[in-house]
Parts: sequence; C-alpha cells; structure tokens
Amino acid sequence: MPLFAALKRWLFRLARDEQLPIVLGQRRIFIVPTRAGVLFAGVLAVMLIGAINYNLSLGHALIFLLAGLGLVAMVHTFHNLFGLSLTPERAEAVFAGDLASFPLQLDNARSEPRRALEFAFDGQPLVKVDVPAQGHVTVAIPYATSKRGRLDPGRVTLATRYPLGLFQAWSYPHPRWSCVVYPKPFRTPLPRPSPGAQADHHHGDSGQEDFAGLRPRQPSDPTRHIAWKAVARCADEQMLLVKQFAGGASDELWLDWSLTPPEHGHEDRLSILTGWVMAADEQQARYGLTLPGQQIAPAQGNVHRTHCLQALALYSESAP
Amino acid sequence: MSSQPPHALEHGAVPWLLTGALATAGPHAEHLPLWLSLLVASSLLWRAWLWQQRRPLPPRWSLALLVAVGVAGIAWQFHSLFGKDAGVAMLVLFMALKPMETRHRRDALVIVMLGYFLLLTHYFYSQSIPTGLWLLIAMTLLTGALISLHGGGAQPIMTIARQAALLLLQALPFMFILYLLFPRVTGPLWGLPEDARASLSGLSGEMSPGSISHLIQSGAIAFRSRFAGETPEKADLYWRGPVFDSYDGVTWRTATPPARLPRPAPVIEASGTAYAYTSILEAHNQRWLLALDVATSLPPEGSLAPTFEVLAREPLRVRTRMSFVSAVDYHANRIEAPAILQQALALPARINPRTRALASSWQSLPAEKIAAAALSMFRQEDFHYTLRPPLLGADAVDEFLFVTRRGFCEHYASAFVFLMRAAGVPARVVAGYQGGEVNPVDGYLTVRQSDAHAWSEIWLAGKGWVRIDPTAAVAPSRIEQGIVAALPEGEPLPSIVRLDATWLRQLRNRWEAANNSWNQWVLGYNPQRQRELLSWAGLSDPDWQSMTASLAILCSLALLIITWWTLPRRRRADPAQRAWQRYCAQLARRGVGRATWEGPLAFAQRVARERPDLAALTSEAAGCYAQLRYGRNGSENLLERLQQCVRRLPPQRP
Repeated sequence: MPLFAALKRWLFRLARDEQLPIVLGQRRIFIVPTRAGVLFAGVLAVMLIGAINYNLSLGHALIFLLAGLGLVAMVHTFHNLFGLSLTPERAEAVFAGDLASFPLQLDNARSEPRRALEFAFDGQPLVKVDVPAQGHVTVAIPYATSKRGRLDPGRVTLATRYPLGLFQAWSYPHPRWSCVVYPKPFRTPLPRPSPGAQADHHHGDSGQEDFAGLRPRQPSDPTRHIAWKAVARCADEQMLLVKQFAGGASDELWLDWSLTPPEHGHEDRLSILTGWVMAADEQQARYGLTLPGQQIAPAQGNVHRTHCLQALALYSESAP
Repeated sequence: MSSQPPHALEHGAVPWLLTGALATAGPHAEHLPLWLSLLVASSLLWRAWLWQQRRPLPPRWSLALLVAVGVAGIAWQFHSLFGKDAGVAMLVLFMALKPMETRHRRDALVIVMLGYFLLLTHYFYSQSIPTGLWLLIAMTLLTGALISLHGGGAQPIMTIARQAALLLLQALPFMFILYLLFPRVTGPLWGLPEDARASLSGLSGEMSPGSISHLIQSGAIAFRSRFAGETPEKADLYWRGPVFDSYDGVTWRTATPPARLPRPAPVIEASGTAYAYTSILEAHNQRWLLALDVATSLPPEGSLAPTFEVLAREPLRVRTRMSFVSAVDYHANRIEAPAILQQALALPARINPRTRALASSWQSLPAEKIAAAALSMFRQEDFHYTLRPPLLGADAVDEFLFVTRRGFCEHYASAFVFLMRAAGVPARVVAGYQGGEVNPVDGYLTVRQSDAHAWSEIWLAGKGWVRIDPTAAVAPSRIEQGIVAALPEGEPLPSIVRLDATWLRQLRNRWEAANNSWNQWVLGYNPQRQRELLSWAGLSDPDWQSMTASLAILCSLALLIITWWTLPRRRRADPAQRAWQRYCAQLARRGVGRATWEGPLAFAQRVARERPDLAALTSEAAGCYAQLRYGRNGSENLLERLQQCVRRLPPQRP
C-alpha cells in the first residue's frame, strides 16, 4: 500500500502549495469522463451500429460530429481551469459548530470568463462560482467545524464540468491555510468578581485609556493602535510600533478554570469559559483568564478577547 | 467526486430542453400518426406552461398512465413495438413525456441523449440537404441545453447559443477526418426489420393494369445518368427493367425458369455508337439495374440476364453508382433457346376470344406483317392514351381492344403481346423507363418515376428480339417529347414534372443538381470511395491498422490545434522587466536572492550591505529599472544600460 500511496501522492501532488499564487498548469489538472460522458459514448456506439446497419451516410456524419463535440468539450473543460491563479487569504476564526470560510481569490487573466467552478474541502459543502473575463473574484469555501483547535482544512477540490458535463476536470490546490476554531460557547452565568481580584491587580497593565509609550507590534494588536507617524519616522527599522495605553482601575473579573463545574468534561469546561469570555466582553468588563498552567492578565477590548479565545481554542492538557 | 445529492434542475435549462425536444421530435410528425403528434405537442406545451407558472410537475402515476396509453396506441397502430416505425414512435413518445418527470440534472441528461439519438432516426426517412441543416440546428439546441445544464443557465440565450455553435464548429474538423478515414463497414450487420425500406418506390416485379400509371404519379427521381460522350436520341432512351413473359389474364410476371435447364448466355451483336455512361440509381429494393437497352459492358456488380436486363447480385438497397456501356442498335439472341420461345408464346386458355379471333386472322402473315397490322390498328382506330382508363373485367384485352380503347402504356403493351402470342409470334412485355430530361446545371439526365414505361418485344427469326412500342403508335409524342406532352391537361401528373414557368424549372434543376452532388459526394461516400480516396492519398491497399493509425494521427493533430488555439497567449513581458528579472536571477545564483516583496532600490541597498563587490553594478541596474518602470520618461538608453548590467556581471565564483 505504501507504493500506492506514493503513486497517489505523485499523481495528485498531495504536497502543500508553498508558492503563491497557485497557478493551475497542465501538470495539476486532471480530467476524466463523467457518468454523463460515459452515457454519451454509449449512445454514440449504439448510434454507430444503427448507422452502419441502415447504411446512413449522414448518420455517420452526425455521429462523428458528436464524437468531435465530445473531444472539443474535453479541451474546453480542461481549459476552464487551465491558467487560473489562486491566492489564499486569511480565514477568520469561528466558534466550533459554525461554518468556517476560507477565502480564495481567483484571478482570471483570460479574455473569456470561467464558469461553474466548484470548490469544496473533502466531505464539505460545495460552493459554485463564475470568474468574469480578465477579472477576479474571491470565493469563500465553507468548512463545517466540529471541534476547537487549529483547523487545517486540507486540500481543496476545485472541479468543473463546464461546458457540456461530459468531462470533469479537477485540481487539488493545497495552500497552507489554517483557521482557529474557538470552543463552542456555553452560556452560563458569569462568576462574581473575586474579592482577591483587587489585590492581584497589576496596575496599568495594557489597558486602553492613557497613552503610555510605544512597543513593537505583535500580530494580535489591532491595526488602529499602530503608531503610523512613529513608523513613518523610522522606516529603516522595518518594524511596526504600536501605542501602549495604561488602563484605569475597574472591576476585574477572573475567569478561572477552577470555577467551572468539575463534573463536566474537559471540553465542556472550556466551552463554559468561552461563554464567560463572550459574556464578559459584552458587558465590557475587565477580565482575566486562568487556565491550568496559563494565565492571561485582566484587560478588555477586542484584542484581549481574541487573545483569550485563542488561548481557549489552542489549550491542550499536556501544555505546561 | 464524492456522492452528492442529485443536482436540481436549473430553471433556465427547461426551455432549452423543451426546444430541443421539439426540434428533434417535431419533424417526425410527418410520418407518425396524428394522435401521437398531438399527444407530443400537448405534452410539451403543458410542460412549458408548468415551467412558466413555476408549478409542480404532475404525479408519477399520471405519467405512467400516459405512457401506458401511448404504448398501447403505438402497439395498436403499428401492430408491433419493434421495427423502424414503431421504434421511432416509441422514442418520440418518451421524448415528449420525459420532460414531465424531469426534476434533476440527471433526468435532463437523459433527454439530451435521447435527443441526440432521435436525430439519427430522421435519416431513416431522409438524408437530404434540408434534413442535414435542420438537424444541425437541432443539435445546436441540444448542445445549448447541455451548456445550460452545467452552469451556463444564467447566461443570456444568445451567449449559450453562440457557445454551442462554437463547440460544434470546433468539432467539424473531427467530423471531416472521421468521415473520410473511419473504417467503413457495409451494412447491414444483421437482418433489418420488415418495414425498414417500406418507403422505396419503383417498378415492381409484376405488372397489372394500373401499376405503372400509379407509379407515374410520383415525381421522385429513379436514377440519373451522365453520358461520357453524346447522349442518344430521346426516342432511343429505353431503360430496361424487368421482363415479363408470363400472363395469367390480369397480371404479367417474370417466369421462373426451372433451375435445371441450362441458361444460355445472351448473344448481343451491337452496331453503331457505343454509349458509355454512369448512372446513380436510387434504391428500389429490386435487382434490376435499369441500363440503357441494351447493355454491352457491365459494372462488376451486374450480370446480364437471359432476357437482357442487367441484374445485381443483391436487391439495390442503397443509392448506387455504376458505369455501363450500351448500344441502341443491336441484334439480340438471333438463336433463342426453345424454352424461352415456348414461354414467349404461352397464353392462358379460353380468355379474350375476340382478340384470339383477330389474331388468328393474321396467322398466315409473316411475323413482321402481323406486328405492323397490330400497330396500324392502334394508330388508325380510335385509341386514346390516358392515365385514367376505365376498369376492365375478366376478358381484359378484349374489352380494351374492342370496347374501352383507353389505356396507358401497360394496356397497350399487354394487349399487343397478347395479340402477338395469339398470332404465333413470340413476344413479351418489358418494363422500364423511357426518356428522361437533361439537367442543364450538371449535365445529368434525370429519369423520374413519371418516366416509367412498358413496351413489347417480339422475336423474329434471323433478327432476334426486336423492340416494338405500341404506345408510340397511339401517342408518338410520349416517346419524342415525354409524358407531359403526351397527356392532355388535367391528367394527374406530379406537379414537379409539369412546371411551366421557366424560372421554376430552373430552380428545380439547380436544386436537383445540388442534391445530386450531395448524394454522390456526401451520401455516396462508401467503402469503395474510401479506398479510392486513400489510394489517391498514397495509402494503396490500406488495411484497418494503417487507417486507424492515420485516423489517430489526424485526430490528435486537430486536437492539438484546437488546444493550442484555445490556450491563452502568454503575454510577452516588457523587456525592462525581463532584463531586471534576468539580473536578479543571476544575483540569486551568486547567493543574494531578491524577495518577491523587495523593490529594486531596497534590494540594491541590501546587496550593497551583503555583497559590496556587486554594489555599484546592482545599484546602477536597480536605478535603471526603477526609472524605466516608475520614472516619468524611460528611454531606450536606460534599457540598454540595464541589459548591459546583466552582461557585465562578473563570472560566478566556483
């Protein structure tokens, strides 16, 4: 079987696509007749026998024209994919159970439109799209998520049967793509702010009220905090700076793993924590998150929420 | 790839399907019973209405009922569900009812495939130019239906139609290659159903009063001939068909000689001009080949019967092209076999006593005088030539000669032969065609069913068989000018032969000439022509391997051309960009690769840091490129400098 798998890998090039954009060349487009194509061939064979039997000259011509049509359709189906260039875009995080969507930009340099392109991940719902002539379109390929974590959707099947449906051409683009799936939030009442929270309070910890200085940007920082002026001043550094703010004092809420009901399973407890994060965020509370071996200091805002949700999504028991 | 739920039918595809169904099933209305055509039309209309109103399709049981009724009707009408006509009727019925239960793309595909199949069945009935053109349109519609089913449904009608037409246009080269080179097999592969050739018309194997005058009402073409040299006189154009030498009082038939008797080969002594000509005979499902009387040189497929007609080995089931040489002045069988002479004197006993009495009064005369007496009787007495003779009773010849005196060629030939035999002169009836009309457009002599004729032959000792046409005695213009001139106005002649307006006649001639070319060069392309073409192309005596090989090569070539044609032209990159890319590639080989996001100047700065030895050159190249690409005025000079930078790069260190 390893031989077969190697053959399959070689044939279908199951390796990831590292180079972007992914341009569909002849080496990575596969084409086979569809069931309709096989039916068509069968009908032609029967017709040929009939034409020979009844000596129908024009019948021969008709059959040969149809056979030619089949061949031409094959070229056109192949051509519908050939030269299409694909650029994967970043997938937004979703909650488990929701549809993740992986955006893929399709660029058509050709002067004819490409029609009826079907995209799907293995075993996932299909999405159809047309790309206009010399235009581009971004298609969101859905993936039904079921569990939290970093989702690797695997390869995309890009298929088309246009124009006649006698052939199916397909390709397996496999961009490096991932999407963070947060635990499914369980809505349960928020825990009360713990009395010890005030004592633990680290003053001025990355709040958003008062400007406190600059620091190098981290991917989780919101773009509106980038200090564009400062960046423009020192362009040679090739590094983005963000403004830091010192937070004011407010009620702090600790969302602690140990506060979740221990009789629930591991995943359910993460879901409860997720629900709390969402609820605390809606109430615009300052909250911190404590997971076994991991602590996120209290803060508020979208960046903080994303930070917490990501920690929940990627939390693993074996982590220190 | 995975098993998905069946695709629902796109709303926009339904009109395409219905139009395709109409275009493929519609023309069959001509030869289908009226009730079936009405059923088809109403079913398609109903479906169109449901589509327009976006109403649900009828339940399956009602469709099953309709199918049952339709099948029962076909079984009752055709007494069978198989065979050509019943089969076509069944296909048309399914074509009309299938759209009623088409909910998914899969069902729609069945309609299209059925449509493609139905296209073929039209050729059972006609392979003419209009049929071919109509079916091309129907095929475009069906192909459009396929496109609309597979993702094109939302496009405007004309876009789909243009796409379908383009596909068919690109398929044409394959059609030509396959048509010319696909190894042809002469059919049939198995026995054809009985009704396969019901529509063929022509002379039949027997002659009774009314049989030829019935045939004459068809303007259909029996055959066309082109003479290599001069065309014989019109009065000499006797095309010989079956010879009838057995009479039962009503019907003339060909006597079947006992097989054990030796059948002497006919002896023809021809004199005068030898006329060489090629005939294209329409299929008539009989063996005779209608050569000009009398054939002296035959095509390989033919043989001369003891009664001088040319016979093919098999009944003529397809339009066939054959070459003959004939002579119109001849002596045939001066010495005749006694069995044949005996047969040429046989008469049924006790009928036509008055004719017998008249004949016996001539018995003492020599044979030629007897014939002359009979002819002068036709000429002088009040005989009429008409397509609508009165009906005759048991003593048909008596009634005709002495009472009604109105008849068509078969009456005259029949009465004359009866008279001759009664007077002791061996005689027989010959059926065939007389005359024909030269089409000035292509020079072919066109002989129609309306030129069908019957005449007589008597055997004279020392002279052999001599043709005597009693019709010529009654209506000389029939032989000299043709049937139209010989018959009075109001006789039921086909309108196609009675065209008075010159322009109409010209139009008909042009049309028939076009048809003739079509028949010869398109429809007449058979294994023999294929062999001729291949040996002309240098493939002498081709076997199927070499044919398949050349077929595959040509098809691949056509496929390559089409693929190449549809592939996008790679736009040539701008020369500055190419030079810059080449420069960067050279640098990458020397260990400093430019990242895709790095602009030329930034890259030059980095090179200056990492490889000071290349700094100056790179900064010049980057400067040129940046000026060319982004500067206001790029000049030839800059491009040249950039290209020189590429050349000036120091050789790579080992």
